[in-house]
Amino acid sequence: MTSAARNESGSIQSGPERGVREKWREYRKPGYYEELDYAWTMTIDLDRCTGCEACVTACKAENNLPIVGEKALAQGREIQWMRIERYWEGEYPNARLSFIPMLCQHCEAAPCETVCPVTATYHNQDGLNAQVYNRCIGTRSCAVYCPYEVRYFNYNDHHWDPPLEQQLNPDVTVREKGVMEKCTFCIQRIRQAKDLAKDDGRRRVRDGEVQPACVQACPAEALVFGDRKDTASRVFASMNDPRAYRVLDELNTRPSVIYLKKVTTDAG
Amino acid sequence: MPAEDTNLRYADVNRDVVRSLVETGPKYYITLACAAGLTLVCFFFPWFYQLNLGIAAAGMNHPQVWGTYEANFIFWIGLSHSGTLLSCVLHITRSSWRKAMYRSAEAMTLFSLIVAVTMVMVHLGRPWFIHWAFPYPNQMELWPNFRSPLLFDVTAIATYLTGSAVFIYMGSIPDFAAVRDRTSGWRRHMYTLLSLGWRGTDTEWHRLGWAYTLLAVLIIPLAVSVHSIVSWDWASSIVPVLHQTIFAPYFVVGAIYSGTAGIVTVMFLLRKYMNFERYITQLHFDNLGRLLLALSLIWTYINVLELFTGWYSGASTEIEALKYKLFGYYAPLYWEMILCCAVAPLLLISQRFRTSFVPMLILSIAINIGMYTERFLIVGTSLSRKYLPDAWGLYVPSLVEISILVGSVALFSTLFLLFVKIFPSVSIYEVKETLQESEHAPEPAIPEPTIPARGGAQWQPAQ
Repeated sequence: MTSAARNESGSIQSGPERGVREKWREYRKPGYYEELDYAWTMTIDLDRCTGCEACVTACKAENNLPIVGEKALAQGREIQWMRIERYWEGEYPNARLSFIPMLCQHCEAAPCETVCPVTATYHNQDGLNAQVYNRCIGTRSCAVYCPYEVRYFNYNDHHWDPPLEQQLNPDVTVREKGVMEKCTFCIQRIRQAKDLAKDDGRRRVRDGEVQPACVQACPAEALVFGDRKDTASRVFASMNDPRAYRVLDELNTRPSVIYLKKVTTDAG
Repeated sequence: MPAEDTNLRYADVNRDVVRSLVETGPKYYITLACAAGLTLVCFFFPWFYQLNLGIAAAGMNHPQVWGTYEANFIFWIGLSHSGTLLSCVLHITRSSWRKAMYRSAEAMTLFSLIVAVTMVMVHLGRPWFIHWAFPYPNQMELWPNFRSPLLFDVTAIATYLTGSAVFIYMGSIPDFAAVRDRTSGWRRHMYTLLSLGWRGTDTEWHRLGWAYTLLAVLIIPLAVSVHSIVSWDWASSIVPVLHQTIFAPYFVVGAIYSGTAGIVTVMFLLRKYMNFERYITQLHFDNLGRLLLALSLIWTYINVLELFTGWYSGASTEIEALKYKLFGYYAPLYWEMILCCAVAPLLLISQRFRTSFVPMLILSIAINIGMYTERFLIVGTSLSRKYLPDAWGLYVPSLVEISILVGSVALFSTLFLLFVKIFPSVSIYEVKETLQESEHAPEPAIPEPTIPARGGAQWQPAQ
């Protein structure tokens, strides 16, 4: 039996040289990989973030997020893969607002992955927490287990009044009712970047070649995305900033989203 | 200790139980029609509506993704522990007072499990794919996720359901034979099939005794593990008030507690409407009452423990979640639960209360209402107060959910009503065993034969 070989682009080599059992052993242990192909990471600089919600809108446009309607929103059934959390402190005129963009943290030790009874969510070889819509049977236990509350359930089927359906992204499915969804780090863009890199001669995706919609849309460049295995990347430098921290770090979920603390003076 | 009326004879037992199966009056048919109708209207129609619309028919939202369907699920699984306790545990401890009741209790177990499984299907977002939760070879080469507590659920409940079904059927075989011998027509055919050719020989009885005890011994750890596993659906999460090791004992104790209260309710109804007054007596209610009291005290202790450990941990998330539970939006429900499950059962200290039928009925229903509230609070208050305050929410059950809850009770009742006319709801042979015991007790006033005066007929030993 030949041992696992990595070609020059760094990904696990597939092909007739490697038996099915070998590949099975490599790929079928989600969360327990010895080495990731890529380790997609995002840093969010809270000092730069203005709370404009361009990222929220871009995500909605890119990933065919439904407009749930007023009634559903009032019931608390919004679907916002990226949301801006707001916390008010104090009373007028000394009220202070802190806000933080919250999205799926793609935790290395994700609580949601262990609980899905049908493995509709699992950790893939790129370090992403992947959600497989066609496998989901809608137990919603992943949403219970997620401490960041970043998983959203489709409580009903959605429709887009014409001509809005023409704006849907053909690279992304439209989810039916009963299926859980969440931020995927725009996995369709990552796939496309990897495909282009492969066409370009089996090289690795270079830093900056792939950007999720939110990263692309942010006017303040508060979001940085990349592969933390690439030590020359922007994201690697960003995550080693002294202001870096992870939300709910004490829960040991080991998220892949790193926040850079906002610098404030005591005067606020 | 004779548990039944000592004037009962074997023939009486046979006659009474067979009569309960064969004689059906209009009251029975009306009740059955109402139960079936209510099931259709309150359970299946709203479910059908939900299958079409999506879970939007229920009141769940973000972050409150679980609601009454999960609470119903735990409640019905909890109720299913009644039969196991009565049937298996008390069999091993050789308690004679269980003999009249355990058949119906086992039936309660089976039907509660069936209702719980339908609850899972109602709860799922895409229930038409529920078969993916079972490990069968498929072209996708996908197994279910064995690390998931929900999958442990599937395994445990499937095993428990199978085990309970086999157990109740096997234990009823001699009774089916007894009924077969005393009925005619289509009933005779049915019971001939069901009794599997039972002849009542010594070997058969011996084997039945062994098989029954073996299954009883196996089902007890199964029952404990089933509800522990159900509790781990919640306890394996990192949600503040749920992530506690006490959950497994908490749920198991709660299950046995609500199950025993369920038995009291069903026994009252059986006694009244199936004319089993001579079989289900004050003694049974007395013993059930004592059991309920003990369980109530343990349950209260565990609740206090939950509050104490949450407070003692000092974790802000725990304390916030507990404060919400006790003083937040659902506070009236919390205190109602304490009243029904911790305070009211203290009445059971009085034997007079325990041996009065109607007060026991009312208390048992109150206990089950309180236990349902407890399940609802576990689901409703924990998800509302997780780690990120921006994501806190509120949940109010919708009409569809309330209707499905009512419908699930109706479904259970329908199944039980069908049961009482097919299975002998009081175990004939085990009740006869207690009569046999009582026949060895001192006989009441049968005069000793006197030696007759000369000239009368006298018995002479054979020369």
